[in-house]
Amino acid sequence: MKILVAIKQVPARDSQLIASTDGKWVDESSLEYEINEPDAYALEEALQLKESAGGGEVIAVCAGPDRASSTIREALAKGADRAIHIEVEDIANWDTLSVAKLLAAAAKAESPDLVLTGLQSDDVGAGQVGVVLAELLGLPHATIIMEVVIDGATVRVKRELEDGWFQHVSMPLPAVLTIQSGIKKLRYATLMGIKRAKTKEVKSLSPADLGVANTPSYQVVSVMLPQKSKQTVMLHTVAELVDKLKNEVRVI
Amino acid sequence: MSGILAVLEAGQKISLETLAAARDLGAKLQLPVHVVEPDRNYTADDYTDSLAQLIREKSFDLILFPHTYQVRDFAPKLATRFDRALISDVIRLRVEGAKLFATRQLFQGKLNAELEPIGKPIFLSLQAGAYAPAEAQAPTETLPAAGTSRQKPEERYREAQRAVDLSAAPIIVSVGRGIKEKENLSLIEDLAAVLGAEIAASRPICDNGWLPMERQVGSSGQTVTPKLYLAIGLSGAIQHLVGMKGSKTIVAINKDPNAPIFEVADYGICDDLFDVVPALTAAIKAAKS
Repeated sequence: MKILVAIKQVPARDSQLIASTDGKWVDESSLEYEINEPDAYALEEALQLKESAGGGEVIAVCAGPDRASSTIREALAKGADRAIHIEVEDIANWDTLSVAKLLAAAAKAESPDLVLTGLQSDDVGAGQVGVVLAELLGLPHATIIMEVVIDGATVRVKRELEDGWFQHVSMPLPAVLTIQSGIKKLRYATLMGIKRAKTKEVKSLSPADLGVANTPSYQVVSVMLPQKSKQTVMLHTVAELVDKLKNEVRVI
Repeated sequence: MSGILAVLEAGQKISLETLAAARDLGAKLQLPVHVVEPDRNYTADDYTDSLAQLIREKSFDLILFPHTYQVRDFAPKLATRFDRALISDVIRLRVEGAKLFATRQLFQGKLNAELEPIGKPIFLSLQAGAYAPAEAQAPTETLPAAGTSRQKPEERYREAQRAVDLSAAPIIVSVGRGIKEKENLSLIEDLAAVLGAEIAASRPICDNGWLPMERQVGSSGQTVTPKLYLAIGLSGAIQHLVGMKGSKTIVAINKDPNAPIFEVADYGICDDLFDVVPALTAAIKAAKS
């Protein structure tokens, strides 16, 4: 079983974010980066599927600038067998479709049995790359997956629906799945894994190598702080809050 | 210009919001509005094929969807068939002359981006609360089934009856990632105990197994409307907000002044929860005695 996992590098979760001077994205100068958390779960699921099958290959693919190599190394340290880095310095200017075209071109050359990715990214949060990849690769797909069972040439998955509902869906392999956070417990990279990662293959490709151009369906007009829908009354002491809870909310 | 297509989803309140948006845009852009609400068992392949056929036949300029889990499952695929990117979870639409601008969130609500579509057709999905719902359902066009699908869905089901019904709780103390470690949850338990509150959480807390999934509030958890919702160390990603913003009074404690939770909170304390929560528990205990 050959499993391709699309991963993304995103600003660390507690980053203080301000708009860039051109007002089209965020100021990246002082940000730290980490693996997009839902993608970490997709990687974990891929590694466990390979382990339970007793063999196969997990390939991490990541489109991003040079700095994304640290996230790729992390995936290799956790157990991915090799990686593909699609080097795109201005990845923030690429829309979801154009990014998915890059990933699809790289995936096509690999002919994987299964493509996994997180259900959405913590930065843009469009939640589309997996579904678009499926269409570009001509594969069936399912989203927001909490369980994956492979049975020969078929995969049966448990989808999360809204409001506490679930559904099992089966489809033929190869297929694309987007993985819900929390599907399995995440592993840490071991010291041995980190050491081994250094010797693993990372193939570098450019958009030109893949024959993909950035053809956006939209342009960013501006990035700004949200307008508040409510005027939050900011309190400065616990005593003030207790007073509100007692006299206005009347729960004490 | 040949019109707007609103693709609704049966039984979803957000569909009426999408219908209202379609009518509003139709009036402003002087475009006729068509509505479809496919009423059959869903598969991504079937919906994509049949909607693609309809959009091609009538060459719609703008296709609007409610941002539901089902739409997330097929709309990006449908847009791709037209070599377009879906502009998803839009929270605001603005029309300037014949131009349309869509605002969506970035970084889980910490920032917003206004986007201008380039080219046509435009595919947009609307987040809950973007529009006031339309009062009446529109007559819908039928959508013939495409007939083929690689996905074989089984019956939808709910897991065992929830032991905790947060929807009936008058006071909820809810905790997010800011709590850092499972061991620190005792701070929240102490506060909930003095308030006589139920404990709830955002998704990551339940994903980590620190609290059972049935205590999760948000789009994939429970929807709550308590008298008091006390959000502690909880940033307020939109998936969480949709589950709790109907609360009568919302109090947020968070050390990040730009946390989106402060956009919906009535009262806020911008400070470290590890300082505030124990002091609050003690003060409430004192006030009650």
